[in-house]
Amino acid sequence: MTAHGLAPGSARLVVEDLRIVLARTTADVVDEVSFTVQASEVLGLVGESGSGKTTVALALLGHHRRGLEVAGGRVILDGDDLLAMSDADLRTLRGAKVSYVPQDPASALNPALRVGVQLRETLGAHKNSGVGEASARITEVLAESDLDASPEFLRRYPHQLSGGQQQRVAIAMAFVCRPSLIVLDEPTTGLDVTTQRHVLETIKTLCQAYGVAAVYVSHDLAVVGQVADQVAVMYAGRVVEIGPTKTIFGTPTHPYTRALLRAVPSPVRSEVLEGIEGQPPRPGRRPSGCFFAPRCPDVLPICREVPPPVVAVHGGVQLVRCVRADEPAKRGAAVPIVLAGHAATGISAEVLEVRDLGARYGIEPVLFAIDLRIHPEQCVAIVGESGSGKTTLARCVVGLHDDWTGDVRFCGEPLAKGARRRTKGSLQRIQYVFQNPHASLNPRKTVGQIIEQPLEHFSNLPPIERERRVVAVLEDVCLSGDFLGRYPDQLSGGERQRVALARALVVQPELLVCDEVTSALDVSAQAIIVELLRSLQRERNLALLFITHNLALVRSIAQTVVVLSKGCVVEQGPVEDVLERPRDSYTIRLLEDIPKLAQVRTNGGPPL
Amino acid sequence: MPISGSPIAPPAPEVGTARLRRREWLWVLSGAARTRRGTVGLALVAFVVAIAVVGPFVAPYSPTDLVTAPFSGPQSGNVLGSDALGRDVLSRVLAGGGLLLLMAAASTLLGVVFGAAAGISAAYLRGRADALIMRSVDVVLAFPSLVFALLLVSIIGPKLWLIVLAVGLSHAPQVARVMRAATLDISERDFVKAVELQGVKPRWIMAREILPNLITPLTVETGLRLTYSIIIMAGLSFLGFGQSPPSPNWGLMINENRIGLQLNLWAVVIPAALIAVLTVGTNTFSDAVARVALGVERRAEDVRPIGVSKLEALR
Repeated sequence: MTAHGLAPGSARLVVEDLRIVLARTTADVVDEVSFTVQASEVLGLVGESGSGKTTVALALLGHHRRGLEVAGGRVILDGDDLLAMSDADLRTLRGAKVSYVPQDPASALNPALRVGVQLRETLGAHKNSGVGEASARITEVLAESDLDASPEFLRRYPHQLSGGQQQRVAIAMAFVCRPSLIVLDEPTTGLDVTTQRHVLETIKTLCQAYGVAAVYVSHDLAVVGQVADQVAVMYAGRVVEIGPTKTIFGTPTHPYTRALLRAVPSPVRSEVLEGIEGQPPRPGRRPSGCFFAPRCPDVLPICREVPPPVVAVHGGVQLVRCVRADEPAKRGAAVPIVLAGHAATGISAEVLEVRDLGARYGIEPVLFAIDLRIHPEQCVAIVGESGSGKTTLARCVVGLHDDWTGDVRFCGEPLAKGARRRTKGSLQRIQYVFQNPHASLNPRKTVGQIIEQPLEHFSNLPPIERERRVVAVLEDVCLSGDFLGRYPDQLSGGERQRVALARALVVQPELLVCDEVTSALDVSAQAIIVELLRSLQRERNLALLFITHNLALVRSIAQTVVVLSKGCVVEQGPVEDVLERPRDSYTIRLLEDIPKLAQVRTNGGPPL
Repeated sequence: MPISGSPIAPPAPEVGTARLRRREWLWVLSGAARTRRGTVGLALVAFVVAIAVVGPFVAPYSPTDLVTAPFSGPQSGNVLGSDALGRDVLSRVLAGGGLLLLMAAASTLLGVVFGAAAGISAAYLRGRADALIMRSVDVVLAFPSLVFALLLVSIIGPKLWLIVLAVGLSHAPQVARVMRAATLDISERDFVKAVELQGVKPRWIMAREILPNLITPLTVETGLRLTYSIIIMAGLSFLGFGQSPPSPNWGLMINENRIGLQLNLWAVVIPAALIAVLTVGTNTFSDAVARVALGVERRAEDVRPIGVSKLEALR
């Protein structure tokens, strides 16, 4: 018998027919959601942004966002229905029996309170234990979370911790009262791969040691594959496929699951990534019949008329909401398209040449002696953990950071340090795409105004010609002219990033600097952006400087890779060489830490 | 597959958010007018403004005519009695608000324009410009605004344009501080950086990229400043620095007639009450505007990734 008094295998959490609606229109946000999580088990809840996964996760804490309403169903935790409880009962329950780990630990921890105080607060709110007992528990939980439990650590403030440590503290806070259920909302999104792996391991170990049921919400299938025992794929507020992780990843049956898996970049092969075009239908605008039908590659006429039945496949362990669930063979396994090796151009003159670049913030040096060359039509990827200086490098090149030394040449001409000192020509020919599309578009301007603005500044084209070019570039990024009059907050993250891309491309640059352009997007949107960049690079003879922390993506887009660590280049060369035969220990570690889908498909299912 | 396909059509536009973006300040104002607080405030303001605007045309006598004995109480022909010189109080009340309101509005506008320009420039240009602007703001701020206006008037003389200028300038510092704080946040956003990277001139960036994002706080601040303007304008008139006698003016009337308070109460109470009703009205309405604007900010936050707020809700 384990410490939690429940044998592994008994159901800790049962969700039955959960239905949550918009209070105003009673349009359902999520409906018919049912799943069971056993003690010691981790359920991965995956889907694109807007699929309803966070709504379900919050319902597990008996909470819903303003404007929503629970309209039916039960959430039973250790025999009690959370949705039937009073607010007072829920308060005592939250933190003690159900706890929550948020996406961004930096904003979840109170910056004014020491780590020890915050932990004691959580414990004190639920248990009337003595001071000694509480301290013992805190020390214990910190050690379990792989943190230093010394008094010095407890006296630190959140800002004195690294991102990974902050997330561990948040995890320790969630585990400190020994809950039955823990809900994790993309807890590793902001972390680099190495830290991410350690945090995932910690979560898994803790769940197993204390018989905790966990629900892990994420859009990153590779991460879910590493941590979850069971996976539920959500689309438009419904669970479209649920089953053991191995069978879901090995023999995905729902077309949506298959599409999601195809969007995941592989560090092993250079593949064409396929995103799913369009967006999940919003509450109240969902079609009759199967909600995925408008985006489904295998759609039948019947799909558009009747809601699909839930079908059990693979001996009943996997449930699928699709009419074609039991005919997977017919559809033929879509083999990923492997890209041929790129011929390095190399002959023509460099577009960008960086020699002996050193940069600092204040007195803190962040880059040392960087050498880098980019040829036309070539994509150079810069990879490294957070804090490795890769963003600073990009900012030096585009002119956002001016405290640097060394020589940066663009088409042979030396570049001035800040954007203000550069010529209009060089500002036009080097364009920058920002990391976060939610911040890089002015919320008060329409898409048309945003894209037209650089044209207005750099050219003296008549308005009619400008508009023609804006529409043309919108089509280049696969958006129609209908988007011209829309505002950024009416677009999805992926669409916003495409608008940002269009703004950079409209002035026909020669070098495009992309700073983590996909890190704020889900896998499907990421796949679309990466494919767009690759085709645009070919069509327009673009040179690309692609900054990323995702080594797997590098394989799909770049020809040359530069690995940065602590401001120094530790390895650089053609992508195949560096990724297949890494020499530097840092690169090897980075490669090992990438969550890989391939590891999950151990039962040798057919390729996707 | 994703690229070769024809450009996808956007989802149907959402009327609510689109309207919110385009004329956000209008949306905020009309939203505020629909709250109970806002309706009350607006009604009070409308009442006083109606008196000030329509009053001169319906007054029974000329405001400067001597019609009866000084400080006579309410009687037939003089509903509110007469003032210190025997002029009809009702006529003077009806005629005495227009210019006061106009001057208050003009000085508010002046203060908001100056203050916003100073605050946005200070925050965006940083460095020496920031230090220069904000230290001069501190100097102006060190004087109470009434004293500052009095100082200017006593140096240059009681001219109406000067009073408007003085009151306007005394508002500028507070507006500048609010705008500076708001701009500091906006100017660090990536969309501003994106335009900087094109080498666009700072004044265009401030006018086209930053200002449109500050309309909501600016609307709220304008309402607040208007309240203060009315108080200061009335106060200056009371002290004799506004319109000079025999012009009718609510502030001036209170001063002229206070010696006869026992003889004709109404000559003091009515102008004082009108000023009070007006300031309470503008203040109540701007409070409603601030609340609705805050709601707008919150609405925008709901769209962003959920951080602290969600967690707080769970505790």
